Amino acid sequence: MPFIPHTETDVKEMLAAIKAPSIDALFDEIPPALRCGTLQRIPEGLSEMAVTQLMMARAQADGLALNFIGAGAYEHHIPAAVWEITTRGEFYSAYTPYQAEASQGTLQLLYEYQTMICGLTGMEVSNASMYDGASALGESLLMALRANKANTSGVVLMPRAVNPLYRDVVASTTAAQGVKPVFVDYDPKSGQTALGALQAHAGDKPTAVVIQQPNFFGVLEDVDAITDWAHAQGALVVAVVNPTSLAVLKAPGQWGGAGADIVCGEGQPLGAPLSSGGPYFGFLTTKMAHVREMPGRIVGRTVDLDGRPGYTLTLQAREQHIRRAKAKSNICTNQGLLVTAATIYMSLLGPAGLAEVASASLANTRELVAQLGSIKGVEPLFGAAHFHEAVIRLPQPVAPVLEKLAALDIFGGYDLAAAYPELGNALLICATETKTAAQLAQYRDALAGVLA
Amino acid sequence: MTAKTTEPLIFEVSRPGRMASAQNPNRGVDLSAIPEALRRKDKPRLPEVSEMQAVRHFTRLSQKNFSIDTHFYPLGSCTMKYNPRACNKLAMLPQFLARHPLAPESHSQGFLACMYDLQEILKEVTGMAGVSLTPMAGAQGEFAGVAMIQAYHKARGDLARVEILVPDAAHGTNPATAAMLGCTVREIPTNADGDVDVEALKAAVGPQTAGIMLTNPSTFGVFERRIKEIAGIVHDAGGLLYYDGANLNAILGKVRPGDMGFDVIHMNLHKTFSTPHGGGGPGAGAVGVSERLRPFMPTPLVGKDGESYRWLTGKDLPQTIGRLSAWMGNAGVLLRAYIYARLLGREGMHRVAEFATLNANYLAARLAEKGFDLAFPKRRASHEFVVTLKKQKQEIELTATDVAKRLLDYGYHAPTVYFPLLVPECLLIEPTETEDKETLDAFVEALAAIRDEARQNIAKVKGAPYTMPVRRLDDVRAARQLDLRYVPT
Repeated sequence: MPFIPHTETDVKEMLAAIKAPSIDALFDEIPPALRCGTLQRIPEGLSEMAVTQLMMARAQADGLALNFIGAGAYEHHIPAAVWEITTRGEFYSAYTPYQAEASQGTLQLLYEYQTMICGLTGMEVSNASMYDGASALGESLLMALRANKANTSGVVLMPRAVNPLYRDVVASTTAAQGVKPVFVDYDPKSGQTALGALQAHAGDKPTAVVIQQPNFFGVLEDVDAITDWAHAQGALVVAVVNPTSLAVLKAPGQWGGAGADIVCGEGQPLGAPLSSGGPYFGFLTTKMAHVREMPGRIVGRTVDLDGRPGYTLTLQAREQHIRRAKAKSNICTNQGLLVTAATIYMSLLGPAGLAEVASASLANTRELVAQLGSIKGVEPLFGAAHFHEAVIRLPQPVAPVLEKLAALDIFGGYDLAAAYPELGNALLICATETKTAAQLAQYRDALAGVLA
Repeated sequence: MTAKTTEPLIFEVSRPGRMASAQNPNRGVDLSAIPEALRRKDKPRLPEVSEMQAVRHFTRLSQKNFSIDTHFYPLGSCTMKYNPRACNKLAMLPQFLARHPLAPESHSQGFLACMYDLQEILKEVTGMAGVSLTPMAGAQGEFAGVAMIQAYHKARGDLARVEILVPDAAHGTNPATAAMLGCTVREIPTNADGDVDVEALKAAVGPQTAGIMLTNPSTFGVFERRIKEIAGIVHDAGGLLYYDGANLNAILGKVRPGDMGFDVIHMNLHKTFSTPHGGGGPGAGAVGVSERLRPFMPTPLVGKDGESYRWLTGKDLPQTIGRLSAWMGNAGVLLRAYIYARLLGREGMHRVAEFATLNANYLAARLAEKGFDLAFPKRRASHEFVVTLKKQKQEIELTATDVAKRLLDYGYHAPTVYFPLLVPECLLIEPTETEDKETLDAFVEALAAIRDEARQNIAKVKGAPYTMPVRRLDDVRAARQLDLRYVPT
């Protein structure tokens, strides 16, 4: 019996103590007609060895292709120590630190995480994580609606240059509470959100303005001008940022005159493997003035009976287990283990290492654009500066090209045709610090061959 | 034992210019391509430490935690059972870790096969017609469930159904979820035996009823005996039934929510399928639905055409409630759940509820024999049960918090305390199927010893814990003098 320690003697003694004739008798309050059958469609159990063989075969079937897709999930080197420590049983098999005295490891780590993510974003307070970047944006907008007492329209100016999957998640998760996204176009030459397009909505009294930096095209937005414009309208600025980029890009807390009000994003680049899209974690930081509108767990430092420092969950009166229907969010379990990995990752990289990762990713993407741009008919699409992603245009429809590249075990990028049909044969490409010069050349040669 | 020494914050051991050099790409930093105005001028506050300093620091922090791997952790409603190591190791095979969420289907058949199989296993074990794996935690599964109920009524033009019924004993996430979807929440009382008050339910349902959210066994640790009748009442009124799968471990392989009449359920795979809990996630809140809710499931799903697997998206399910995560939720957690399901297999799944229930009833019987009061002494325990210390509080001022804190000194994580909210001074105890009899016996002795200590010297118990890294913490100060990040002095 896998994972069940009972001997026959144990069972006998336990049933005697319960005064029950059999284990089956313990279910005698369940109406007999409801008892289920034998679950024939579930396969029989396997030994660990047999499961290992099955999973190895399935993993090997998927292989290890050369990946140039980003689009919200980024391949970075993860130091070996990160998951060695993260999967220690004391982190891996603990739960939410309800008993603070027996959870000081997790709690101190979360406090350190909150400090680090505040440092990166230039903000004053952070929660202990959201599910992922997309859901963090949804919760940030709900939070903006609660926090902005002046502009209560619910209108959120949402650039089309924001990750289209994030926009989908916002639509599915926030409409019931009155978030009304209004889409704002980008400048087709620069790839930046057009200030003129924003200004067309000056009369809408927007509750919030979303700025993604870098935006979905990898392009750098004019964050100072948009932040100042949004604040002039009485809107809160919700920043969606890539944490790696913040080692070298201006922190959202310093955007414009007053800084962004709520900052969120996908934490995956900080030590989470690509892993088919999850588990990742969302981060969410804000100014102290809005801390009571924040969703999710928050850890605070305090003292114990002897006056020694210790850490505990705090401001729990915002949360569902206390406030029930009046809670700020229904979130309970979040992404603790991924935050553990991220905190170790940020400690191992430090400010200098993370800046090098950011710079090397930027350099590799620029080199890739140059290499691919040397192929006849391939051209870079947007003029503005970018971070570690860029859009190129191919002389042929993208989907069949990507299929041919995949047959060579190269994932060539993200096809923009579905989300941005107006861009024609546009492809979003990404080369992080993990790519070698030889691999960039390999992609160029393969693409040249496919297009020929 | 947990480490008693104070571990400094990592920022306090940080020194400017120190680094874990092996992690540096060594390419230098060239930001000339980034306009000056967009560059960062200050250095972000991240630690500057050596690799060994970081490894030692976080290893030491880990030693300040209780966990399943180190301690009995009978936290009620959380199903803290053993997390098989194979699940972690195999989910972290290099190809699974490296797979980009947008990798083409041609290079994803292995992963998609696992997800498809998991959907099928979960359908069979819950008796539902369809399963979507995307919700990233139980609360997001609840969100998906209520959103599907709303979408169903809306698709029928039945726009008046805005009320969600929730028993007063429900988890806080239930009313919080309903409120997030713009529903009004009406509480239904529970009777003295722990069952939903059926007469009150009859009086509450009507053309405004969107549905009811139920946990079965309930948070009182007892099976809702009149569930078929409840299902009939809600369905006759035009509402749907939502099953909160927090307590699915109690019935796995014994009763299926689909057979009880539920239209939609969520499963906490980090509980029932042991994926683990991770110090507060990641969870996974897969949802199962009856036939009538299938068109509304959250995307993406995995479908099978002949021998090949493919993503199902909004194109395949035009009435979907949409995406809840950018990708397919916590995919790596789902892989762990799949591996666990294959290790257990059909027979193993039947045994989960059997031995979880045996352990809970045994522990309840032993504690009753020692003179502890069960909140529902006439009922069978399910996989968990409630002890009330009402008597001990009156007689010797011993509270649930006192017992919880003193248990830590005895080497046990505390049960859930003060939940369910309706039982005074309660301990919600869930031993799970993976604990051996000796551990349960020793836990009984520990609880009895704490009560004896309290009779002799209540102050000693109220001062607990003594052996943890810290003693009881000042929660009031934590909330009033907010210190939420390190600022150097």
